[in-house]
Amino acid sequence: MQGQAFQKIYTKIIKLNKATCTLKAEGIGNEELAFVDGRPAQVVKIERDEVTLQVFQGTEGIATDAEVIFTGKPPTLKVSEQLAGRFFNAYGKPIDGGPEVDGEEREIGGPSVNPVRRMQPSEYIKTGIAGIDLNNALVTGQKIPFFADPDQPYNQVMADVALRAEADKIILGGMGLSNDDYLYYKHLFDNAGALDKIVCFINTTDDPSVERLLIPDMALTTAEYFAVDKNEKVLVLLTDMTLFADALAIVSNKMDQIPSKDSMPGSLYSDLAKIYEKAVQFPAGGSITIIAVTTLSGGDITHAIPDNTGYITEGQLFLRKDTDINKVIVDPFRSLSRLKQLVIGKKSRADHPQVMNTAIRLFAEATSAKTKRDNGFDLTDYDERCIKFAYEYSEKLLAIDVNIQVDEMLDTGWNLFSRFFDKNEVGIKKEFMDKYWKADAK
Amino acid sequence: MTKGKVTGVVGNLVTVEVNGPVGQNEICYIHLEKEKLMSEVIKVKGNIASTQVYESTRGLKVGMDVEFTEHMLEVELGPGLLSKNFDGLQSDLDTKEGIFLKRGEYTDPLNKDKKFAFKALAKVGDTVKAADWLAVVKEGWIDHKIMVPFKFEGKYKVKSIVSDGEYKVYDTVAVLTNDKGDDVKVTMSQKWPVKMAINHFKEKPRPNKIMETGVRIIDIFNPMAEGGTGFIPGPFGCGKTVLQHAISKNAEADLIIIAACGERANEVVEIFTDFPELIDPRTGRKLMERTMIICNTSNMPVAAREASVYTAMTLAEYYRQMGLKVLLLADSTSRWAQALREMSNRLEELPGQDGFPMDLPAVISQFYSRAGMVHLDNGATGSVTFIGTVSPAGGNLKEPVTESTKKAARCFYALQQNRADAKRYPAVDPIESYSKYLEYPEIKEYFKKTISEGWVDLVLSAKNWAQRGKETYDQINILGDDSVPVDYHVIFWKSEVIDFVLMQQDAFDKIDSITPLARQKVMLELVMSLCEQNYKFDSFEEVTPYFKKMINLFRQMNYSEFKSDDFFNFEKEVKQLAEERRAK
Ligand SMILES: Nc1ncnc2c1ncn2[C@@H]1O[C@H](COP(=O)(O)OP(=O)(O)O)[C@@H](O)[C@H]1O
Ligand SMILES: [Mg+2]
Repeated sequence: MQGQAFQKIYTKIIKLNKATCTLKAEGIGNEELAFVDGRPAQVVKIERDEVTLQVFQGTEGIATDAEVIFTGKPPTLKVSEQLAGRFFNAYGKPIDGGPEVDGEEREIGGPSVNPVRRMQPSEYIKTGIAGIDLNNALVTGQKIPFFADPDQPYNQVMADVALRAEADKIILGGMGLSNDDYLYYKHLFDNAGALDKIVCFINTTDDPSVERLLIPDMALTTAEYFAVDKNEKVLVLLTDMTLFADALAIVSNKMDQIPSKDSMPGSLYSDLAKIYEKAVQFPAGGSITIIAVTTLSGGDITHAIPDNTGYITEGQLFLRKDTDINKVIVDPFRSLSRLKQLVIGKKSRADHPQVMNTAIRLFAEATSAKTKRDNGFDLTDYDERCIKFAYEYSEKLLAIDVNIQVDEMLDTGWNLFSRFFDKNEVGIKKEFMDKYWKADAK
Repeated sequence: MTKGKVTGVVGNLVTVEVNGPVGQNEICYIHLEKEKLMSEVIKVKGNIASTQVYESTRGLKVGMDVEFTEHMLEVELGPGLLSKNFDGLQSDLDTKEGIFLKRGEYTDPLNKDKKFAFKALAKVGDTVKAADWLAVVKEGWIDHKIMVPFKFEGKYKVKSIVSDGEYKVYDTVAVLTNDKGDDVKVTMSQKWPVKMAINHFKEKPRPNKIMETGVRIIDIFNPMAEGGTGFIPGPFGCGKTVLQHAISKNAEADLIIIAACGERANEVVEIFTDFPELIDPRTGRKLMERTMIICNTSNMPVAAREASVYTAMTLAEYYRQMGLKVLLLADSTSRWAQALREMSNRLEELPGQDGFPMDLPAVISQFYSRAGMVHLDNGATGSVTFIGTVSPAGGNLKEPVTESTKKAARCFYALQQNRADAKRYPAVDPIESYSKYLEYPEIKEYFKKTISEGWVDLVLSAKNWAQRGKETYDQINILGDDSVPVDYHVIFWKSEVIDFVLMQQDAFDKIDSITPLARQKVMLELVMSLCEQNYKFDSFEEVTPYFKKMINLFRQMNYSEFKSDDFFNFEKEVKQLAEERRAK
C-alpha cells in the first residue's frame, strides 16, 4: 500500500499527544487514512493547513520528524468470497497466516440503507433457548445485545446462538477479546465444521484499544458484501461493545470534547446507532442480523453505554444468575425482543403470545410472593403455587442450557399452568384454553 | 451571491471563509468533486461562517468551493405531499435511486408532472391576502386549498385565475396585482422557511374539544384536546413508540404526520408496511391515505434530525391553513435535543445542564407553541395537535429535555419501568400522568354535551380509586395480608380491576387495540358501577381469586367484538358474579 504515486509524504509533526498528532499538510480529505511512522492513522480534524490524525496504536515513541504518508482515501477493505473462513485484525490484515484477500476495495463505514428500501424483518431465528425463542423471539434483520455482567458466559451463549441460527455467514467482530475467548471461538467454529462460513475481525486485549473502533465497520462492510452482493443471511456478532464505547471515550477525551453522562462522548448515541442500524432485511432476500454483547457493571443498565444501546437496539437479552436453580437464565423482565410480534403466533402456534405473557406474569407474582416471604409474612396457597411454578419455569424454560423446539416450549408452558393453577387464574383467551388446557395434569 | 471556501472540518462542523454577506441559518452548498452537500450556517464571526453539514463530511478538503443561497431551510408546499415518505430535508425517499442513500442526492418533494383537478374559489377582482384560499384541488380524498403564498405581504387583487380543469403544480394558475400595480404569478406551490411558524389566522382559542385516540388510558383518564400538546417520556422499551403508533392508527384526525426523528429504521418500515394495508375505521380508507412520514432515523445525518421536526411541523401548519385537523407525532424529541447538544459542543459554546445548550428550554417551548387550534380568517377551523416522545437518559425524568418539555406540554403520559416490566401495557403511570385539559371548563362542557352529564366526575372517581388502591397496597405490604381489614383487600382489587380492564390495553390484539369512545363509555360505567358496589367476604383469602375471575371475564369482554353475542354473554357473567357477593 505504501509508496504509491498519489500518496503524499510529510515529515514535520507540530503537535503530539497520546492519541493524536498534528502536522501541516495540504489537499487532505476528512477521514483519510494515513500512516505515521508506519502506524495506521485517520484524519479527524482539519483547520486550514493543520491536519490532526488519530493514531490507532497510540503515539508512543513517535518523533516530530516521523514520516507521515497520506493514502488519499478513507480506510477500505477488499471484499470477495475469499473472506470466508479467514481471521483478520482491525485493519483487515490476515492473522491466520493465510494470504491477503483479493477483491473489490470498499470504503468501510459506508452509507445507510434508504429506509423505504428496507423490508420488514419476518424470518424467525430459532436458537433452541426458550428464554430467547419463547419469550424474546429473534428475527433476521434484527439488532440485539446481550446485557451481562463480565462474569457471565455471554460468549458461550452467543456462540450457541450463532451455530444454531442457520445463517449463511457468521461474522465475528471481537473487541478487547481475551486471547482465551478468541481461541474458544476459533476451536468452536472449527469443531462445528463451520469454519467456511465464518469471517473474524479480532482485536484482543493485547492489541491497542483504539484499534477497536475499526472492528464493527470492518465486520459490517463484510456483512454488506455477503448480504447485498450474494443475497446471503448474515449474522454479525459484536463482542464487547462496552469496550468499543470505552475506546470512543478515550478518543473524544483526547480531542478535548466535553464529556456527557458517565464520561462518554455526547455523540455516543449516534456513534452506536450508525453501527447497529446496519442490521437490515434487504428486498432481495439477504439480511444482516446483529447480536452484540454489552457488559454491565454490577447489572446497572442506567449507565450511559447500556442506556444508549437500549434506545438503539431492538431489545436486549439480559442474563442473570437465578439463585433458586443456580443457573444463568435469560431474565424475562429485563429482556425484550421488539421484533418478536412479527413472528410469534404467526410463524409459531397462535397460542404463543398468550403463553409467553401469562408465564411471565405468573413468574412476576412469584417474585412478589418471595418478597413477602422474605419480609416474614405468611404466604397464601396461591403464593406457594406461584413459587413452585417459578422454580420449574426457570429450570425448564428460562435456563440458558435449554435446547428444545418452540412447540415443546409451549407445551411445557401449558403443562406448568395446568399443574399449578386453576383455569381462572391464568386468564388466557377461551379458544386456547379449550384447545391446550391439560385438565389431567394435576 | 456570496461564495466561500472551506477552511476547516471537524465532524459535521465545517468552517467557511466567505466573500460577502451571509445570514444566520442560511443554506449553502459545499462542492465536492462529484456532489454538493447541503449545509446550514449556525454561527458567523467576521468573514468566517460555521456551518453544520446535513451529510457525512468524509473526503471534505480545505479550499473546496461553497455557494450560498440567500434563504433558510425551506419546505415546498403544494398538492402531492400526502402519503409521501420524506427525509428530514423533505427529499422524497421513494424517488431516490438504489438501496443505499447517496450523499448529496436531494429529490423533489412534489411531482412536477402530476395533474390535479383545479376548481377556483376566488374570482377576478377579489381582494386577497396571504393564505387566502384561491382554489381547491383534489389531493386523494382531501380538498387541498391553493392559497395566496404565505410570504406575500399586503393586499392583492385577483387579475386572472385559470378556468376549472387539470393543471400541474408549476403551472401559473392565477395572476395577482399588488397595490403598486405589479403583477405576480401564482402556481400551486410555494416555499416557506421551516423555523418560522405559519401564523395566518384570526385567533388561536383555547382547545375546547377532545381528540379521540382509541387508547383508553388517554381518552378516559388523560384526554388529549384537539390542538393540544402532550408528551410521552419513558425509559427504552417501555412503550413510547407502540403508544404513538397506536394513536396514529386510531386517532380521530384528518391527517397524521409522523416525524421519525433519530430512532430505529425498522419502526418506520413497520409503518411503510402496515399503513398501506390497514383501514381507518372511521372512513374505511387505507391509513396511508391520511398519513405523511418524515423519516430521519438514527443512522441518517445528525444535523438533519433537527430539521426533520421543523419540516414536519411546517407541513402540519400548512394543512391546518386548509381547515384540517392535523395530528403531529414526533419520536423522539430527545434525539433532536441531542443533535443540538452535539453541535453546541463542537462550537465550544458554554454548556448548560448535562451539556445541552443553554437555550434548550426556549427552543422546546417555542416548538410546542406552534401547535394549537386556529380560527382562520374565512371562518374555518383547523388544528395541529402535537404529541412528542422523550427518551430520558437512564430513564431519569430529572433531566433537561423532560423538564423543559413538561413546562411546554399540557398532557404528561409518563411511562413507568415497573409497569412495563410487569407487562402492564400501555405502561402509562396511572397516578403521575395528567391531562390539564380535564380541568378546562370548555372541555368539561364538551364532555357534558357529547358524552354525559357526569362523565368528568366518573373519570375523577376512577382515578381516585386507582390512587386509593395504590395506598392500600402499600399498607397491606407493610402490615401483612391478615393484619389489615378484609376491606383493604377489596379496595386494592377494585383498583386492579380498573387497571386491568380500563388502563391496560393490548396494542397487538385486533379488537382490544381500538376502543372507540362509545365503547369506552360502556366499559367505564360498568367497571365503576361494580367498584361502587360493596362486597361481602369472610376472609381475605377469598378476595383475590374472586376478583381475578372478574378481571378475567372483563378481559374476555375486551377481546370480543363490541356488542357481539360474546360481548353480552361475558357482560352477563360479570354482572352475575358481582351479584353473588353483593353486600347490602
Ligand atoms: N400496548 C402494548 N401492548 C403490548 N405490548 C406492548 C405495548 N406497548 C409496548 N409493548 C411492548 O414493549 C416493547 C417496546 O415498546 P416500544 O414502544 O418500542 O418502546 P420504546 O419506544 O419506549 O423504547 C414492544 O416491542 C412491545 O413488545
Ligand atoms: Mg421507541
